[in-house]
Amino acid sequence: MISFIVKRLLQSVMVMLTVAFVAFALFNYVGDPISNMVGQDTTFAEREQLREQLGLNDPFLVQFGRFVGNAVQGDFGLSYHHKQPVSNLIAERMPATLELSFISALISLLLGIPLGVYTALNRDSIMTKIIMTGSLIGVSLPTFLIGILMILLFGVVWRVLPTFGRGDVVMLGWWSTGLLTVTGLKSIIMPAFTLALFQMTLIMRLVRAEMLEVLRTDFIKFARARGLPRRSVNYRHALKNTLVPVITITGLQIGSIIAFAIITESVFQWPGMGLLFIQAISDVDIPIMAAYLVMIALFFVVINLIVDILYFLVDPRLRVDRVSGSH
Amino acid sequence: MALLEIKDLRIEFPSRRGTMVAVDKVSLQVNPGEVLGVVGESGAGKSTIGNAVIGLLEPPGRMAAGEVYLKGERIDNLSDREKRKLRGKRIGMIFQDPLTSLDPLQTIEKQLVETIELHLDVTEAEAKDRAVDLLRQVGIPDPEHRVKQYPHQFSGGMRQRVVIALALCAEPEVIIADEPTTALDVSIQAQILELIKKLCVEKNVGMMIITHDMGVIADVTDRVAVMYRGNLVEEGTTAKILGDPDHPYTQSLISAVPRPDKRLDRFPLVEYIESAGETKKSLDIANHWLGQARDFGDHYTGPLIHVENLYMRFLTKNSIFKKNRSYFDAVKDANFEINSGEIFGLVGESGSGKSTIARMISGLYTPAEGSIYFAGTDLTQITTEKKRDHFRRQMQMIFQDPFSSLNPRMKVMDIIAEPIRFHGLASSRAETESIVRDLLDHVGLGVAAAMKYPHEFSGGQRQRISIARALATRPRFLICDEPTSALDVSIQAQILNLLKDLQAELGLTMLFISHDLPVIRQMCDKVGVMRYGQLLEVAETEQLFENPQHEYSQHLLELMPKLTNVKAA
Repeated sequence: MISFIVKRLLQSVMVMLTVAFVAFALFNYVGDPISNMVGQDTTFAEREQLREQLGLNDPFLVQFGRFVGNAVQGDFGLSYHHKQPVSNLIAERMPATLELSFISALISLLLGIPLGVYTALNRDSIMTKIIMTGSLIGVSLPTFLIGILMILLFGVVWRVLPTFGRGDVVMLGWWSTGLLTVTGLKSIIMPAFTLALFQMTLIMRLVRAEMLEVLRTDFIKFARARGLPRRSVNYRHALKNTLVPVITITGLQIGSIIAFAIITESVFQWPGMGLLFIQAISDVDIPIMAAYLVMIALFFVVINLIVDILYFLVDPRLRVDRVSGSH
Repeated sequence: MALLEIKDLRIEFPSRRGTMVAVDKVSLQVNPGEVLGVVGESGAGKSTIGNAVIGLLEPPGRMAAGEVYLKGERIDNLSDREKRKLRGKRIGMIFQDPLTSLDPLQTIEKQLVETIELHLDVTEAEAKDRAVDLLRQVGIPDPEHRVKQYPHQFSGGMRQRVVIALALCAEPEVIIADEPTTALDVSIQAQILELIKKLCVEKNVGMMIITHDMGVIADVTDRVAVMYRGNLVEEGTTAKILGDPDHPYTQSLISAVPRPDKRLDRFPLVEYIESAGETKKSLDIANHWLGQARDFGDHYTGPLIHVENLYMRFLTKNSIFKKNRSYFDAVKDANFEINSGEIFGLVGESGSGKSTIARMISGLYTPAEGSIYFAGTDLTQITTEKKRDHFRRQMQMIFQDPFSSLNPRMKVMDIIAEPIRFHGLASSRAETESIVRDLLDHVGLGVAAAMKYPHEFSGGQRQRISIARALATRPRFLICDEPTSALDVSIQAQILNLLKDLQAELGLTMLFISHDLPVIRQMCDKVGVMRYGQLLEVAETEQLFENPQHEYSQHLLELMPKLTNVKAA
């Protein structure tokens, strides 16, 4: 197990270095960083001096090494547009995005898994048909459309939920949370649901398909032949066996919830990293783009590592060495 | 009073195309301490009876008529809830495949304790003690330690013991065992059957064994019921059914079982089955397509296949350091020769390396060491794909599972034509198609089969398609890897006869792999016995069966179920 984790960690480092390389390349190949920083009236000599100061004349590997070294310490330089350290900007925005992602992941799991189990167990009921048809809508409608429709209904027509922003936030150290205030909680409902809808339908369909598969297996038949009650057969034996693929997909999806909250954040004007990133693109604010890229990659890598460790906890077959496992 | 009594059972599977009657007018009885065998071929409805008794018919199946009594108490009309209380507590069930019968994510202890606590009024500690005790009863060594393990840490035979322990948890009065040993090797099968017999006598339970295997029937049952297409054709004591059956179906079924004691020229065919389609015309190899262009190695007089010091290793634990890597030796120092026109058998239990040898000869695996000579050429020294193709055409394989070895999206015509096209053996499309039709006719399927898809055929028919496909390259050497172990005995007899005929007509040389000793005896000229990757003994077939030299061969022959050693009637 330990050697497996060490191997995974090494792979993660490789992934992070590759992403860092792409991010670093942004600086050098998307426009001239010096022209991005200074005004038009800066002289050529001053530009040259700045270039020297910033180490832009150093050999490529030295520059890359410095970039990685700084990035490891969370230093991505100054934003061209905001004139503030990128790390501060991101630290300010990250709680908003993470809270949104966390809540929507929670919603999609808490609704998706029971719905998947229900539709698998009651394959022919009318409710199942309604849910399955509804889930098709969830998969096929684009997020922004659902977001706008929700704003129209809950925000404009019924006026029960705020249409934009995070509401009031409370600072816990450097972490700003909207989960402790009424307006904050009300504000997160619509964006979180919008973001969760697609993941929820995906998880539901996955759980359903896996569950149907598992219910056909011999050990379920044998469990029923031993007279085990329905509850135990369905949940203790069947559901647990569906979890491995569900964990994989959920892991990947949480990553993409964080990474692609951008659209939802724009629709609801949610002050998260996605919004910051969109603005950075329109301003060609390369340090922010680079930092965002590295951050998201880090999230993916960490989540996948957790997923791999979860496999070990769920499935005993992976825990033993292949040698003793072979019959 | 009978322990379990089934009266006039009728089970239907309604579907859009009408109602399929799976079981009709079946009446059976199981008495305490008695083992009743229910025998029949696939589709005869034997498993359906077992499922109906415990109320676990697969939907949309339903009991249309009949009554089931347990100790005189009617149980088929109970509610689902009450039926569930019977399951495990009063009627235990054992399924065929021990590898998939246990929940892979829970320890043996958890599964046992859950079942024990459900049925018996005990504390958790008592349940745990009972779990260990049960494992000991079914003969699992070191039960205190092993109870904490997961199913994948047990071998197939050990898992079936665990399954039996689970079925015995609450000391049921009746046990229904559905093909309990079919997935196991002969030596494990013998142990499990021994265990079942012992439990029956000790605990005085009634047992119903559902099987297609006459050997199992002969070994453990007291009475036998023979099923044919949903009907009970005959019932009686085991000695009577096996020794002097009344019904013609039973007679032909028993005659189709390959005899371990005597070699026959052909397998007797069962009359009662799908038409064998013996439209096959005899052919003259001298001017038939199959006989043409057999230029290859015709003048070679030595053994067609010569295997020398063959080794195969599989990496079981990888490591960056060479000394930390561990290997599993699948084949160790195998040496044998197969002469032209000979059928060479390889026999052994699962994991003994039989299939690995076949795969090395056919080029699917590269041997770790050693040489394979085909008509004098060392195949392991061939480097280019082009040269290899030349040899590939001369060797074809027939696999065990007729359901997964044919591409379900291709028509039979294309399946058989593919090798002809690939090797460029026919000059035109029309010629290819006429060859395919000829081949289909030759293997007894008829030309109409060409335009159908594999799923339209039964297992035996599919195996015929596989044979036609193998013949399509005009090979000299055929590798048959358990070609009939997925088939019923009557179909097996047909396929083996076909292979024998083809071998004689075309002068084929064959490597025939099987775990089934009687089949080997009927098919092969020479036999190699394998265990743990080692070829222990190579002998002429008759010599091996009459006078086995190696201890393990003797052991295998002893375990071979014989229809003649029926329990005293």
